[in-house]
Amino acid sequence: MSTATPNIPTHSVSSHHDALHPAEPAEEGRPRNISRREQQLSKWGGAALLLAGLTRGRASGLVMSLAGGSLLYRGWTGHCHAYGALGINTAGHNDATAVPAQQGVRVDESVTINRGAGELYERWSDLESLPAVMRHLKSVEVLDEQRSRWVAEGPLGQSVDWEAEVINQREPDMISWRSLPGSRVDTAGSVRFTPLGHDRGTVVRVEMKYNPPGGRVGAGIAWMFGAGLEKQLREDLARFKSVMEAGVAPTTAGQPRGA
Amino acid sequence: MKAICWRGKHDVRVEDTPDPKILNPRDAVIRVTSTAICGSDLHLYNGMIPTMKSGDILGHEFMGEVVELGDEVHNLSVGDRVVAPFTIACGACFFCQRDLWSLCDNSNPNAHIAKKLYGHSASGLFGYSHMLGGYAGGQAEYVRIPYADVGPCKVPDHLSDEQVLVLSDILPTGYMAAENCQIEPGDTVAVWGCGPVGQFAIQSARWLGAERVIAIDQVPERLEMARRHTGAETINFAEADVASELDAMTGGMGPDRCIDAVGLESHGESIDAIYDRVKQSVFLATDRIHALRQAIYACRKGGTVSMPGVYGGFLDKVPLGAAFSKGLKFAMGQTHVHRYMQPLLERITGDGNGGGFDPTFLITHRVPLRDAPDAYRMFNEQKGECIKVVLQP
Repeated sequence: MSTATPNIPTHSVSSHHDALHPAEPAEEGRPRNISRREQQLSKWGGAALLLAGLTRGRASGLVMSLAGGSLLYRGWTGHCHAYGALGINTAGHNDATAVPAQQGVRVDESVTINRGAGELYERWSDLESLPAVMRHLKSVEVLDEQRSRWVAEGPLGQSVDWEAEVINQREPDMISWRSLPGSRVDTAGSVRFTPLGHDRGTVVRVEMKYNPPGGRVGAGIAWMFGAGLEKQLREDLARFKSVMEAGVAPTTAGQPRGA
Repeated sequence: MKAICWRGKHDVRVEDTPDPKILNPRDAVIRVTSTAICGSDLHLYNGMIPTMKSGDILGHEFMGEVVELGDEVHNLSVGDRVVAPFTIACGACFFCQRDLWSLCDNSNPNAHIAKKLYGHSASGLFGYSHMLGGYAGGQAEYVRIPYADVGPCKVPDHLSDEQVLVLSDILPTGYMAAENCQIEPGDTVAVWGCGPVGQFAIQSARWLGAERVIAIDQVPERLEMARRHTGAETINFAEADVASELDAMTGGMGPDRCIDAVGLESHGESIDAIYDRVKQSVFLATDRIHALRQAIYACRKGGTVSMPGVYGGFLDKVPLGAAFSKGLKFAMGQTHVHRYMQPLLERITGDGNGGGFDPTFLITHRVPLRDAPDAYRMFNEQKGECIKVVLQP
């Protein structure tokens, strides 16, 4: 079994801008230092947070309002003071390619499943059947041998979709993938199946990197709303385990209770 | 259907709820013919277990007749009489395959909550908080049983409900408590708590070869039951100092094996018990552990402390120094009910010519399901001689 690190490709920063959003001249003294997408998310997220904070009252509401206000400012001007202080500039990032180096959110989840690697690999490779097991995946459509279209529930409950291609596949050890240029979500990841021997099953390890819409702030908002990718992945892996071991995922949805 | 719903501390009610249905192909639905209130239900009744929600259906000791089966349950037929294990287990994971059924990896849909609190999640349980699965319980007219192809135990028609209902929890729990002691010939086993699990632990200790069994409680009726049915010697902790009594009864050695069949709501009037109650009342500690402290203190060097009593949270002032110094072994956890149902059913059945074990001596009250709220109150206050309450839907 290879112990090489997974092949997660990262693209270096490129400086092209799409036609709808040509690079704007920097505002005097307040240069734009966040990407378009991040700016949009800051604007809407900030407004939502500000509103939520104002209606909440109390000290926690005040903190939310302040955070919302500063996000709104960031969204409005395209300038982030924190980024400025840290020397980060994402303004030049192409919003439409796989995850740039030094960017994005990385998740790494493992689960031990009491089944052989071959069986798990085979089930995982049947991409179109994955949404039946993984609740946060809405659909997967196989386009050809390498490419597939994915629709998932985003960390904020919104629907996100992307096209992915398999970039490496070694039965029954691992599969790795990345989103195709032009996808709305930039993501790359791998799943590895490591048999433990001694009748102890197989470790299934998923490593994923993704650039959330809105950059680091986007991930921050996702985190604040308490439903990050990590949690989704953990839940989906638990369900994958249950289905592979027990044939069904446990549920109580639809059982009786007192009104 | 009628079901017993938890509404908060000291508040359980008979309510009308929808009937359960098959949610997974490995499910079964049974019509409940008998169900019981467990001592551990009182932890729920007293608001000691977190993650209960108003409206949850209680009950994890129940049996009945199969009325509906999922597509993948082939070992049961509609009409079969079954007893269900209170632990819910898939039968296919690492733990189930090693006979550690109550540690099942797959049966708790809310495993993430238990994981946060405990590091890992044990199996789901019927009617015992959302942290442990949030499954609707069996103090109801009908109940759904997940993984029905590996859980429920078929029972022969010639045995009454009351003879086999104990297989759902208390008899396996008492038995596992004794088995966990690893009793050797000549051993003296001390049992704290003479409720149903304590009584069956005493009986099981005898089956497993204990020379002497010492039963400890403060309720005279329970001590009398232990003396009468299993020939146990007894200590009433309200009248005598347990540590010095045990010391005297064992020639200074201490009991070889100690079973704490009390758990997190230990009673007692010593300094440490009062300290526990005060801390618990101001939420600085979750569990009262007077009995466990006594067991650790009394246990012979190199002996075993077995804990079938339920603990839920953080224990304060555990005399771990004493346990370490004396080289004690500890064994604990929810019962692997699936492991024990068949062999214990055979003990009840006997050799076919009678002579089997009769567990019905425990049952002190038989009431209709609709009287469950009163039964909970009575059981909790231990008024009269309440040891085991069976509810009939």
